[in-house]
Amino acid sequence: MREPVVEVQGLTKTFKKLKAVDDVSFEIYPGEILGLLGPNGAGKTTIIHMLLGLTTPDSGFIKIFGMDLQKEREKIMQEVNFSSTYVSMPNSLSVRECLQVFARLYKVNNREKEISRVLQEFEIEDIGNKLIRSLSSGQETRLNLAKAFINRPKVLFLDEPTASLDPDIADKTRTLLLRIKKEQGLSILYTSHNMKEMEELSDRILFLHKGSIITAGKPEEVIQELKGRDLEEAFIRAARERRV
Amino acid sequence: MKYHRIFALFTRNIYLYKRSFPRMLEIFYWPLLDLLVWGFLTVYLTRGQENFPGFVAFFIGALILWDILWRAQTGISVSFLEDIWSKNLLNLFTSPLKPEEYIVALMMVGTVKLVVIAAIMTFLAWLVYSFNIFVIGISLVPFVLNLLVLGWAIGIFTIALILRFGQEAEVLAWALGFLFLPISAVFYPVSVLPPFVQAIARCVPSSYVFEGMRTVIASGKFPLHDLMWAVGLNTLYILFAFFFFRRIFNLIKRKGLLVRIGE
Repeated sequence: MREPVVEVQGLTKTFKKLKAVDDVSFEIYPGEILGLLGPNGAGKTTIIHMLLGLTTPDSGFIKIFGMDLQKEREKIMQEVNFSSTYVSMPNSLSVRECLQVFARLYKVNNREKEISRVLQEFEIEDIGNKLIRSLSSGQETRLNLAKAFINRPKVLFLDEPTASLDPDIADKTRTLLLRIKKEQGLSILYTSHNMKEMEELSDRILFLHKGSIITAGKPEEVIQELKGRDLEEAFIRAARERRV
Repeated sequence: MKYHRIFALFTRNIYLYKRSFPRMLEIFYWPLLDLLVWGFLTVYLTRGQENFPGFVAFFIGALILWDILWRAQTGISVSFLEDIWSKNLLNLFTSPLKPEEYIVALMMVGTVKLVVIAAIMTFLAWLVYSFNIFVIGISLVPFVLNLLVLGWAIGIFTIALILRFGQEAEVLAWALGFLFLPISAVFYPVSVLPPFVQAIARCVPSSYVFEGMRTVIASGKFPLHDLMWAVGLNTLYILFAFFFFRRIFNLIKRKGLLVRIGE
């Protein structure tokens, strides 16, 4: 039987009186893309932040590669990475300098080679010497993604990573994610408000509402469960029916 | 702690200084302005007062040493603010980086910056006012190190407060160091302070450093007693600063504030 790379049990987080995440449990298996879906405030980003050790859960446990995140964070994060549209890079650095810094942080061997690899994969070789402040939002998003691949992670947490990309680059990014997943057995936890993307990428989806999982399964199972023709309709229906 | 992660952040800051004109300006502009304004004022005040020949040495020496303390503090706290402003904090703390490694990297960058600033001020003081800070002799080294450590302690404490209270507390990055100015007896002896302020000054390492500097200039004697007090108090200050920072870092992770400040 396959061992999960990420194992979450009874995860709960309350901010003041608001229960942001309520007794959430799930696993991610090697080579699996798990989509976190739900309306704003459903708890998706809080779950990712807890999985990254940025926010401490009130209760529950998180194991990654079989290790307790609370105790072995440094070791775990060496093989994990993260990208979010809402996080930026220091804008006085050049693209290459920025990747150099992160390559050093993750102690990447053959730094120059790996930097060239990620620049090429995200089609930003031509802007390697440009300053980050002069990049378009799409280029900066691709730099964020390139940074997320610099240490060849085994687990990747992506928070709306394609939100500011044009349809062409977003499509190329999805294709790239699927290729790396297939070639390297990469596991991804993914949030997005792009339903088509979610349907196309995810092996399984967890639908969250007010911090709880209301349904989980393959995209077609979630669509059926929420009584939609496609994921977008299912999402709208679920969000509106449960809105107080 | 892992050296490669500290070095990664150190390198990043050096890249940032190399690329940023305002950052370079900060190294040269304020120290130069301080030295010119206060230095000329000192020269003016001492004209015709032949009975107090050490005044220029006291004042400009104090000015340079105070700048070391203040720059050491802002070197840490302002660099941290720059990570908040550039929304880069989460990218750093989602890597294996430990908060203590982050702090040590900032301390290293601050030290390099400080050496450059101190060298510029020392050269200018010699050029414009014929003041040679090295007349204080070898005693200068432990004095400077003590001010550096106190500056770090205040800087780390400031970062912890900004983490806890968010960007509203940003002003502390510059202001907190100045809280130590009146009680550090930088430009006057502790004895001129009211008794209750003297008691507070006795708990501040920098007051022993500045008292010590005046003893050296006035008598040439090495103030071992002052130095021991400064070292003892500084040890407590820096340990407390690290302890306080760690406690706050854990607290803001529980409250979900690290994410809010980082985005």
